[in-house]
Amino acid sequence: MAFCLMEGNEAIAWGAVASECRFFAGYPITPATTIFNAMLELLPPLGGICLQGEDEIASIGYCLGASMAGLKVMTATSGPGISLYSEHISFAIGSEIPIVIVDVQRLGPSTGSATRGADGDIQFLRWGNSGGLPVIVLAPVDVNDCYFLTMQAFNLAEKFRCPVFIASNKEIAMTRENIDIHVMAKPEIIERSVPPPGNPFVPFETSSGQLTPYFLPIGGNVPVRQTSSSHGPDGYITTDSDKIAKIQKRLKTKLLSTVTGFSFHEAYLEKGADTLLLTYGVTARAARDVYTAQKKYGKPVSLLILKTLWPVPQDLIREKAENVSRVVVVEMNLGQYVREIERILPEKKVDFLGQMDGRLIPPKRIQERIAHV
Amino acid sequence: MYSVLNTRRPPVFCPGCSHERITHGLDKAFQNMDLSGEQIVIVTDIGCSGLFDTFFHTHAFHGLHGRALTYAAGLKMARPELTVIVTMGDGGLGIGGAHILSACRRNLDITFLILNNFNFGMTGGQFSATTPSEVQVGSGFLNRLERPLDVCRVASSAGAAYVRRCSSYAKDLAQEIENAIRFEGFSVIDIWGICPGRYTKHNKMTPQLIEDSLARLPSIKTPIPENIRKEYGRHYRELAAQQKPVPSPAKIETKFRAPDSVRKEVVILGSAGQRIITAGEILCLAGLSAGLNVTQKNEYDITVLRGACISEVVLSPEEIGYTGITTPDIVLALSQEGVDRRKHLFDQLDKNARIIRAEEINLPPCNARVQEADFKAEKIKSNDRALAALCVLAELDTVICSDMLEYALASRFRDNLLASVLDLLRRVKGRSAK
Repeated sequence: MAFCLMEGNEAIAWGAVASECRFFAGYPITPATTIFNAMLELLPPLGGICLQGEDEIASIGYCLGASMAGLKVMTATSGPGISLYSEHISFAIGSEIPIVIVDVQRLGPSTGSATRGADGDIQFLRWGNSGGLPVIVLAPVDVNDCYFLTMQAFNLAEKFRCPVFIASNKEIAMTRENIDIHVMAKPEIIERSVPPPGNPFVPFETSSGQLTPYFLPIGGNVPVRQTSSSHGPDGYITTDSDKIAKIQKRLKTKLLSTVTGFSFHEAYLEKGADTLLLTYGVTARAARDVYTAQKKYGKPVSLLILKTLWPVPQDLIREKAENVSRVVVVEMNLGQYVREIERILPEKKVDFLGQMDGRLIPPKRIQERIAHV
Repeated sequence: MYSVLNTRRPPVFCPGCSHERITHGLDKAFQNMDLSGEQIVIVTDIGCSGLFDTFFHTHAFHGLHGRALTYAAGLKMARPELTVIVTMGDGGLGIGGAHILSACRRNLDITFLILNNFNFGMTGGQFSATTPSEVQVGSGFLNRLERPLDVCRVASSAGAAYVRRCSSYAKDLAQEIENAIRFEGFSVIDIWGICPGRYTKHNKMTPQLIEDSLARLPSIKTPIPENIRKEYGRHYRELAAQQKPVPSPAKIETKFRAPDSVRKEVVILGSAGQRIITAGEILCLAGLSAGLNVTQKNEYDITVLRGACISEVVLSPEEIGYTGITTPDIVLALSQEGVDRRKHLFDQLDKNARIIRAEEINLPPCNARVQEADFKAEKIKSNDRALAALCVLAELDTVICSDMLEYALASRFRDNLLASVLDLLRRVKGRSAK
């Protein structure tokens, strides 16, 4: 056995490089800065590009340009930076530009506390774009997830041509721990699909049943159009409502109809347990301790740790909650993802435990919440 | 020598709009340079300047207001061989100000055409960054309160090497554009024009008036000698090629048996400059050498070499769930401010907990056993005390043993630094032998 010692942010950088990410741009912000630091060490010797933007808007703008030129790109920030990314997130969604965006969450609102953890951006990541179309959000629990889910994030971004968020947290990002990087199972790397030869290239055209258009890079042999305006398959601005509706619908369907294929999670279901503990992110670690302790004391609970938060893995949640009457949702905010659970499981009793003071939710508080019916 | 104008989408502008002249001037420049559509990307901003990409059969990138230069930079870095043209109006100058400054400072080989018609044409003629104070535009009296921006002066002082100003009606417009494209570096042309849809509704503006206004302005000698330097992309690639590849993350082999077989929590309370975080890392590496799972969380102030510094380390044969400190087993009390920062921690210490206390540190009352360490008497410097405290811990054979510690030090430090920490280890050992 041989472990490396690494913080979550470093693991994200290594995972990105393993996914063949070759372009990174970011603006310094605690607690995301060490991703920039690591990318600046890793990328240039590989012939990759790492830029420090003049602000967050520029940083993600550089990434969108480079992504359309055919590179795999990533940027990283925290809540205040995600606020500034918003217009470009909408652009990446609507114009199908692959990008991995890391949000190392810190305690908000606003400037908040730079060095305190939180999971306060969970609904913001989903809805912080104009138009309200879906996005993919993956939430790591530990340093291994930081590596593994980053690789998955790149695959999903390339496959579906969309922004994919990694909703990290200061408490994972800047906590060092052991990682078995050399033997861990890594996903096969997925690339953007290029059009079959023959037909003239139409940048946003899809055949029946095709969810994501083929990609050719700007700068290649065939002129390629990209636009932030409402467009038809040809990439020109249009006011044709049929064409617009068709693309919008596809943008929604391509993620909502496929989420079952990327519903990352850990489930520990106990026979006879009437309570399902449901959580995500760093809080899942305390929840795992609680699950183990409850089992030991003969009062077992089931545990579902979601690692794909958006689109909401509804089928998975319904399946895992099937045999319980009560679900306890625990998250490092004052109640965000619990709204989804209440929506999906109207027939269950949904209880909530939240905390938003910069500290981790300790196992003891979760145990108390379980006991308090 | 072929036009790259999009034959299926002829330019559509308001009658008399000078943008049409610029469209043809740009096409003429491409023809003169023998550029074909796939060698060019036209990156357009928002507003009427944002229509340009649709009139050409080239690569096209139309994004958000004021941000065109950011996409252009990403495209140019990724595809250095591509001719990158940005068209932006005077509106974009205002909202994208930060990006213009950095594009000038950076000097990537991008041609920046400012389609300056002194107002926001598309939204109703509101005032922009270049609207004169005395004219009548769509923002009521507000433009009277502000001073217009001379983008050429801004660009020159921000470091752009190629800065020109000209009229949309200039006979040699195509040549002006070609010269800018041919310049290897960031080139700016402030192209003055007429917005017949909005601006000239209430204000007089003619090609002759533009000509006269331009003639009154001091001429700019381009390229600007003091701003001439290496193109950013070329320079970036030169420096990047000199960077050393980063080796794979170091692996720590399992070699030893840890003294304990349960979860242990260690809190190191010290000050910046005492290598507290390094000590936490060493403790983790020592744990890894015995096959333990480890986590390390740190807390420090924004100041360097001043303020409290705290490291919390958990070591466990089991997978570590919660990374917070619940019942600390070991506290290394190395500075007063560190101890004061975590004074409530001491309430949680039971009689099995152990504190290694540097001399002169006042501890809050607690139940833990206190192990004294007189580092001062041993002439152990402040920046060595955290590591020395780990040596004391290893001597006590709790959490880590000496073999684990030595192995961790050898994997973390090299050469002289390693020699000095191993010397430290020996001195601490010698001290306890006395």
